[in-house]
Amino acid sequence: MSDLSILGRRLPKVNAWAHLTGTARYADDIDLPRMLYGRLLRSTRPHARIVKIDESRALALPGVVAVVTGADMPEKMGIMPSTQDETALAVDKVRYVGEPVAAVAALDEDTAYEALSLIDVTYEDLEPIFTIEEALTRDDVKIHETSKRANVFKEVHLSFGDLEAGFARADHVREDWFFFEGNTHAPIESHACVASFEPVGPGGGPGGDGKLTLWTSTQVPHYLHRELEKVLGLPRSRIRVIATPNGGAFGGKSDPFGHEFSAALLAMRTKRPVKITLDREEVFYAHRGRHPVKMRIKTGVTTSGEITAVEFQSYLDGGAYASYGIATTYYTGALLTVTYRVPAYRFDGVRVYTNKPPCGPKRGHGTTQPRYAFECQLDKIAADLGLDPIEYRLRILQPANTRTVNDLRVTTMGLGECLAAVRNATGWTRKREELPRGRGIGVAGSAYISGAGLPIYWNEMPHSGAEIRIDRGGGVTVMCGTSEIGQGSDNMLAAVTAETLGIYPEDVHVVSGDTSLAPVDLGSYSSRVTMMAGNATKSAGLRLRAQLFEVASARLGVPAERLAAAYRRIYDQKDPEKAMTFVEAANLAEAKYGTLVAAGSYTPPAGIGGSYKGAGVGPTPAYSYQAAVAEVTVDLETGQLTVDKITTAHDCGRALNPTNAEGQVEGSAYMGYGEAVVEEQIFRGGLHKKPSLLDYKLPTSLDTPALQAILVETMDSEGPYGAKEAGEGPLNPVIPAIANAVFDAIGVRFDETPITTEKILDALGKRDNRGLPKDRIGPTGLSDGKGDPKRAMRRLHASTDAREKRR
Amino acid sequence: MTKVMLTLRVNGEAHTVAAEPHHTLLEVLREELALTGTKHGCELGECGACTVLLGGVPVLSCLTLPLQVGDAEILTVEGMAEGTQLHPLQTAFAEEGAAQCGYCTPGMLLSAKALLDANARPTRGEIAQAISGNLCRCTGYTAIYEAIENAAAKGGRDEVPAMKR
Repeated sequence: MSDLSILGRRLPKVNAWAHLTGTARYADDIDLPRMLYGRLLRSTRPHARIVKIDESRALALPGVVAVVTGADMPEKMGIMPSTQDETALAVDKVRYVGEPVAAVAALDEDTAYEALSLIDVTYEDLEPIFTIEEALTRDDVKIHETSKRANVFKEVHLSFGDLEAGFARADHVREDWFFFEGNTHAPIESHACVASFEPVGPGGGPGGDGKLTLWTSTQVPHYLHRELEKVLGLPRSRIRVIATPNGGAFGGKSDPFGHEFSAALLAMRTKRPVKITLDREEVFYAHRGRHPVKMRIKTGVTTSGEITAVEFQSYLDGGAYASYGIATTYYTGALLTVTYRVPAYRFDGVRVYTNKPPCGPKRGHGTTQPRYAFECQLDKIAADLGLDPIEYRLRILQPANTRTVNDLRVTTMGLGECLAAVRNATGWTRKREELPRGRGIGVAGSAYISGAGLPIYWNEMPHSGAEIRIDRGGGVTVMCGTSEIGQGSDNMLAAVTAETLGIYPEDVHVVSGDTSLAPVDLGSYSSRVTMMAGNATKSAGLRLRAQLFEVASARLGVPAERLAAAYRRIYDQKDPEKAMTFVEAANLAEAKYGTLVAAGSYTPPAGIGGSYKGAGVGPTPAYSYQAAVAEVTVDLETGQLTVDKITTAHDCGRALNPTNAEGQVEGSAYMGYGEAVVEEQIFRGGLHKKPSLLDYKLPTSLDTPALQAILVETMDSEGPYGAKEAGEGPLNPVIPAIANAVFDAIGVRFDETPITTEKILDALGKRDNRGLPKDRIGPTGLSDGKGDPKRAMRRLHASTDAREKRR
Repeated sequence: MTKVMLTLRVNGEAHTVAAEPHHTLLEVLREELALTGTKHGCELGECGACTVLLGGVPVLSCLTLPLQVGDAEILTVEGMAEGTQLHPLQTAFAEEGAAQCGYCTPGMLLSAKALLDANARPTRGEIAQAISGNLCRCTGYTAIYEAIENAAAKGGRDEVPAMKR
């Protein structure tokens, strides 16, 4: 029996009622007096110099109030301070079709839209770069002058353990190439923001003596706050960012965006509120989604399957700007070691610029692509060795409470329980034996972080802060800078507060995502909120609870350590009749201590990662683990792939709310399914091929497989009440599980995503009348067979070594 | 462009508004009547977020011109509850965790209501068909099926709100 009163129960979310009655206020629902409507003019060229922008015709259109261009905000910005290569609006050069170039504010949206066609931009076209191969080799074309070699954005080389000895003692070595296609978040709510600028003085000072408020659908109000200061030249003390409820985000709203700066500047210029809402097509250009990645993995194993060494290379197509690219690059290599024992590991990664919308973090950030590759390769190794894929994985698990070869600290480790759970739930063993050709079952495991161990900009301050205030009437307000993106963070704050103080979640008022009212939380990314904001909230609640217990102890004549709080009462655990209400205790405490307010904060523990360069990406207070089994049917005549069912078991520590945790697991499975079979962000000559929800197909209810979520609770001591993450990790095993199931069904390896009908027909030799059946679909090297696939990486090594020597 | 006067019957109330004749029902509901519970995800008829009921039938308000509506009764999410009494679908969506970010939820609720009004005990296949025009990016639809089945099983009005302890 749990001794908790709120956590662990299937209670409706505290913000469910607003969602269900239409009263939740998303950014585009905000309407302010005298508000203007803004729109962005976007580049029509993939790579071009801006020769001239003439906005005079637009300004002459009745109803147009202001136009701004890149020249008005030339300051470089970007989410990672070390790689800021963007401007709010393009300056001098455009680098992808859809890049914002100018912004207009008008009395109504129709006029703003019309004004865009009256802004005359003269471009001088430059040669564009669209592929990883071109980007690595074309020294003559530079998307960014900062690239030292060709169009390389970042390269990393890490080596751990004795790789040579590892491969030497291997009985079997596999080397495979994979390609993971790019795809995008496609939240149903497009990005939107409203900026308002209110005077605070006579004018003339920085920013004209005013205060800026920006309501915006962002996952990272704090980081945006910093960038607004930098770009607008307005002190951060004069800026308030309010993250509105996000109508879905999935990583797509975690960069600072041009429309946010533009709305802010237009509001400052016009002294009127300005709203900018992106349309659906623009959301595809804003992107920051899953990187297309080519990967090579070489793995050595003994005859029993024990891994002796892994060598992994990743080539990331980053698009036109940095975004989180440094972190993404490291993430492709960092977490391969936390699931199975790897005694020697080498990782080489390179991310390049191309003239396409910038890639960034999407659910599973940078770990999804390598996990797909690795789990597909493990499936091949199991087949090579004649082992059952689940049994095989169970043999080689990384143990709990250990450190990996790349110095990551592992605490609780529930992958074994997850694998056993999906095996039992699906009838795996029987189905592996009995399913006929055309039907298949496949498995994969994975892991994810419960929050990044380090912040995005270097500092020693807490990663999350929370403040709780108790009102005389018993109402409690919790304030935390978290952004509610649909993952349930507001409910988590209310539930942890309620549990800690012994009240109900509906007694708690939640103030989140507001940089003026709430302490900093770094944002809703890297699955960090439950771990970090949850711990901060618990810590604040415990301080207040100590005060309540102090006064209750004196009044009830019971030692404070014997008291407990639940159901709006504080009571003696030995004699629950000895009790007082929460309100009585709060009034006594306020009389004794004054106003009841407490703050708590959380910083991840030291020593959870290594000290080498690049060790900052990968460590986390606790890893989540998950396993998925996919069951598929392939029509051998039409090539139609049907995923019948996905069963996912997820080690989430304690499930603070099982209904919500299952919802994250199911939603992750759905999103992984879409990536595996249909979704692709692809281009033709720099033009997005499908920038609409009709062409970029999201799985509908009729497409989505039956989904089953199983929670495995490991109770991690790092998490608040034992919790780990649930929002991202469960996506990762789904894609390789589907690929492995397709192999089980038709004997074809799909070493690239998505697994489309066309590719299946090709593999079956039925795409045209001349085709021959194939046993594999996927890349054979970096350049798809053209030239030496390893040459590019060798050249990268040589140039890195040369630079290191010069240092 | 010259605005035209329109009288729309929304959630049992008659509203007379002046609106641009080319503006969609979605725009008029959100911008003229401040009924922002109706959402937009694409304004091209692809996502279903803007679904409202027109004479009990789900329509995409982003593809509907108010001038076409005449005096047909429009129901938006704001009109689903009767006073403080939530519709059983709303209660069931809360209990099953069928709204994550909540953005597709208004349209989803209205499609589900039209289904249950026509078919009191739909199969899961019928539910999937009925909501196939409403894209949800968060849930994977499972919790939504469960919520609609839960509401259907209760039938009629929800007498005892589940949240009261």
